[in-house]
Amino acid sequence: MNAEIPSYFRLNLKIALRDLLGDRRGFGIFIACIMIGVAAIAGVSSLSFSLAQGLSQEGRTILGGDASISLMSRTLSQEQKDYLSARGSLSELSLLRAMAHQVSGETSVIEIKAIDPSTYPTFGAITLNPERPLLDALSEQNGIFGLIAETALLTRLDAKLGDIITIGNGRFEIRSTLINEPDKLAGGIGFGPRVFMTRTALHATGLATPGAIIRNLTRIRLTGNQSDQEVKNFYSEINNAFPNAGWEIRTRDAVSPQFSRNLDRFTQLLSLIALTALIAGGAGVANSVREFTDRKRSQFAILKALGASGSQVFTIALIQITLAGLIATLLGLAIGALIPIFAVNWLHHISDLPFTPSLSLKGILIGGCYGLLVTFIFAVVPLGRVHEMPVSRLLRDEDQPLHLWRYYILSALAACLLAVLTLFSASDLKLGMIYIIGVFVVFACLRAASWAVITGLRKFTHPNNPRLRLALANIWRPKSIAPSLIISAGLTQTLLIALALVEGAIHHELVRADSSEIPNFFFLDVPKTQTESFDAFLTKIIPEAHVEHVPMMRGRILELKGKPLDRHTIADDAKWVLEGDRGITFSENIPDNSTLTEGTWWEKKYAGLPLVSLEQKVAEGFGLKIGDSIKINVLGRDIIATVANFRKVDWRSYAINFVMVFSPNAFKTAPYTELFTISYTAPSLSDRDQKDALITRQTAKDYPNIISIRVKDVLIAVDKIATQLAFAARAATVIALATAGLALASAIISSQRARLYDTVIYKILGARRRWLMSVYTVEFGLLGLVASLIALIAGLCFAYGLIKYVMKIDFVFPGTTLIVILSATLLSIIVLGLMLSWRVLIDPAAPALRRL
Amino acid sequence: MSAAISLVEVDLTLGQDAARVHVLKNISLSIAQGETVSLLGPSGSGKSTLLMTLAGLERPDKGSVIITGTNITQMSEDRLARFRGEHIGIVFQSFLLIPTMNALENVAIPLELAGKTAPFQRAREALDSVGLSDRLTHFPKQLSGGEQQRVAIARALCMNPVILAADEPTGNLDSETGLSIADLIFLQQKIHNTTLILATHDESLAARCSRRLRLKSGSIISDTRA
Repeated sequence: MNAEIPSYFRLNLKIALRDLLGDRRGFGIFIACIMIGVAAIAGVSSLSFSLAQGLSQEGRTILGGDASISLMSRTLSQEQKDYLSARGSLSELSLLRAMAHQVSGETSVIEIKAIDPSTYPTFGAITLNPERPLLDALSEQNGIFGLIAETALLTRLDAKLGDIITIGNGRFEIRSTLINEPDKLAGGIGFGPRVFMTRTALHATGLATPGAIIRNLTRIRLTGNQSDQEVKNFYSEINNAFPNAGWEIRTRDAVSPQFSRNLDRFTQLLSLIALTALIAGGAGVANSVREFTDRKRSQFAILKALGASGSQVFTIALIQITLAGLIATLLGLAIGALIPIFAVNWLHHISDLPFTPSLSLKGILIGGCYGLLVTFIFAVVPLGRVHEMPVSRLLRDEDQPLHLWRYYILSALAACLLAVLTLFSASDLKLGMIYIIGVFVVFACLRAASWAVITGLRKFTHPNNPRLRLALANIWRPKSIAPSLIISAGLTQTLLIALALVEGAIHHELVRADSSEIPNFFFLDVPKTQTESFDAFLTKIIPEAHVEHVPMMRGRILELKGKPLDRHTIADDAKWVLEGDRGITFSENIPDNSTLTEGTWWEKKYAGLPLVSLEQKVAEGFGLKIGDSIKINVLGRDIIATVANFRKVDWRSYAINFVMVFSPNAFKTAPYTELFTISYTAPSLSDRDQKDALITRQTAKDYPNIISIRVKDVLIAVDKIATQLAFAARAATVIALATAGLALASAIISSQRARLYDTVIYKILGARRRWLMSVYTVEFGLLGLVASLIALIAGLCFAYGLIKYVMKIDFVFPGTTLIVILSATLLSIIVLGLMLSWRVLIDPAAPALRRL
Repeated sequence: MSAAISLVEVDLTLGQDAARVHVLKNISLSIAQGETVSLLGPSGSGKSTLLMTLAGLERPDKGSVIITGTNITQMSEDRLARFRGEHIGIVFQSFLLIPTMNALENVAIPLELAGKTAPFQRAREALDSVGLSDRLTHFPKQLSGGEQQRVAIARALCMNPVILAADEPTGNLDSETGLSIADLIFLQQKIHNTTLILATHDESLAARCSRRLRLKSGSIISDTRA
């Protein structure tokens, strides 16, 4: 028996190859459908891996050292400095946000990087225009410090090189513009242009007051060539040496955990869109396989007549299809692997991200499995017909119902395997699960809809209009394009609609900024001493405005329930709170836009042990209960507070709110600044913009130390990023459109023979081409409409869930956009269908008649 | 009698390169209105191609085809389709019915395409005249071969065409059914005074026509009248 199996397989393989080499027609669309989808999946993972590799290889340059220690509003102690100096060379710098003022009155938020020119940069090089030594560009000359600024600042202040601007109490000469800073990525996203100054100059500005939000970084370049493991060991060593330091340490192998996590999520999102493209192309695979088995009918019949069993013929056909699938998959993988190599120059041109072209073996392996699985899922049922159909029917070209349930089971099992693989490769299990359920539901709905349309039209519809009758008959006839078109077009449209709705919701947030629902400005770093006067100042400028202010400090959580953070399992959506310092406040009352969900609020004048109120979702993510403890480091001081209650916070109000609100007694003597917001209405957008400009100008003039951040500017910045991300998602969706187009093409090609037959008869009986074209237009249009309707419902449901429950923003219904999408896809379906049927439509009847 | 069909020096070559075949060679022919003509000859002699040319389905490379005084040779494909629909009925050996439409709908198609009034009423009458009034809602696959050919004949005649072209109309049928179909064709021809052109291998069927054209290698080698 064991010897028989290989010889049985060898024989089948031999016959399959002999046959395949003799007739290689009909695999073009099949190969294209799989190849494009696999190339997209492999390309996305290779690009993402190339970025991860770039980040890893450039880690030291981006971080500015082997390790970087961050402290909020305080610096390392001498003991700590001495300890670190013994291990390598140190470079210190400070990051803070401030306002820059031009003599003309123009102002701008800036992101200051205050450095020591003798130690910066530790790795890489800073590029200036004009080029000059860093010390020369920043040194003090006649009481005026040098400044390096991004060109955006010059534009905002309408300034030029050599101009003198004011920052806090300091005067600065703009000596060079910043072309490139090696550690830019470590800084994250800022609200204003970057400026460089010396640390001495920073002190001269008077901005480094107690309580001001300043991030002090100490970067360590370890002595000798240390391996990643040695750097990790160093991380543990200094944490053990100073367990209560309250600092945040990053090492070169994990420059930005949040960025890496977001990259993983975005990669997954793009991979899922690419997988949808592959699945949409699966309909094309099914059509091609059906076309292949139709073409080979007589051949299979002869083989069966000559003694081949159904299983043997099935195996031969399966080998041929698998080989074609394998070739398509390998081609797709090769293209996907090459994408980073060809895209790297363009990516360097459009972004600062460090891409190192790399091959992701995991991505290649997963892409390959996806390609072969999709081939099997969509090919096995059409191949099953070859197995089940008797010789007589194969020869008579008859289609009759067959029992194909076992092939459907095989197909379903392969689909389950695909789902498991999708989950296995998902960085975000929840998103993976939502996707699988979503695709399953949409696929089932589209399949059910195509069944309902076909069955309904077959049973109930025989309209008197011959045009409509032929169009409808084309839909319900055997080998109808309805299932392929509805599934491939429907899946792709669902993607397009969901994407448009998500984009629309993000843009709507921007519109809200103009609708006075949210504050107009945030003001940072208002000293305690200026609180009252600044309040009065704002009220004086716009008397009807609503002004709010709360104390604000930065704190870093060190322990939960008495145990260090690494001893806890933290939920993904709460990890951000533990990464670095977070804004905190204290309050006697429950903050606005908060609702108490558990526990009780402290009494006024409460004087007991420190209490803390936590945002409910974060508390759940931490696994905390009322009465548990939190240890937090604020300005170098450790505070242990008891969780008194949980709050539900409406973050979208953009009103002042915090994850952690402490009882006032916890920070009775601590230095802090106040955070202000101002909200006002205006009869028109231009009036509102004028008021915004007035506030910016007056604040800059009367309170130069206070940072004003216009909420609308922030939302525009967020919108810009969202638009860039949406562009990438749209690019992936274009691939889905391509495979859907291929699936439609394969469906029309496989129905071509039946169409040719009908068209010839109609032509013989007097039908003109325009008339026939209108029949096809009705057919493609009707099917497109069904696909659009289901896609609209599915896309709306999917996007609603994503927007309301994941993004937690307003759901909007961008009617015009949806109409444009639906009309454009409908038109594309009709045009593509007519183009693919063109030969059938224009060829004279006689030659076609001879071919029948 | 006036000429229903005139062929003047018609030449037709089909296929390409090595497979190129000179199918019709300089054929001139005139067929009168109401005449019944059979085209006879061995396979490949060109009888079906001549029939298709007479019916306006094949376009000659050279020469003219004039039907009821209209030269159809230079007509556009769409004009020709319209002309064919209104003046010529065609019956094929393999019936060529639309599988997705029932008998009534199949017969109504040419009437609807020509924009005739009450197409279904007229189609019903046509089917009635071929003895299929009880098969109106049957689909082609639910009909026997003879019944399918009757539907095809009803479809070909429902427009009252000047010409009825039949290509081996009994070729796919058993002899008994074939005979009844032949009877039906000749009966309908007599009723409508249609010009009948019939391509066949069957000498007995050809003998029922008033005129017999015998072809060989693309040329008419004999033209006999009963």
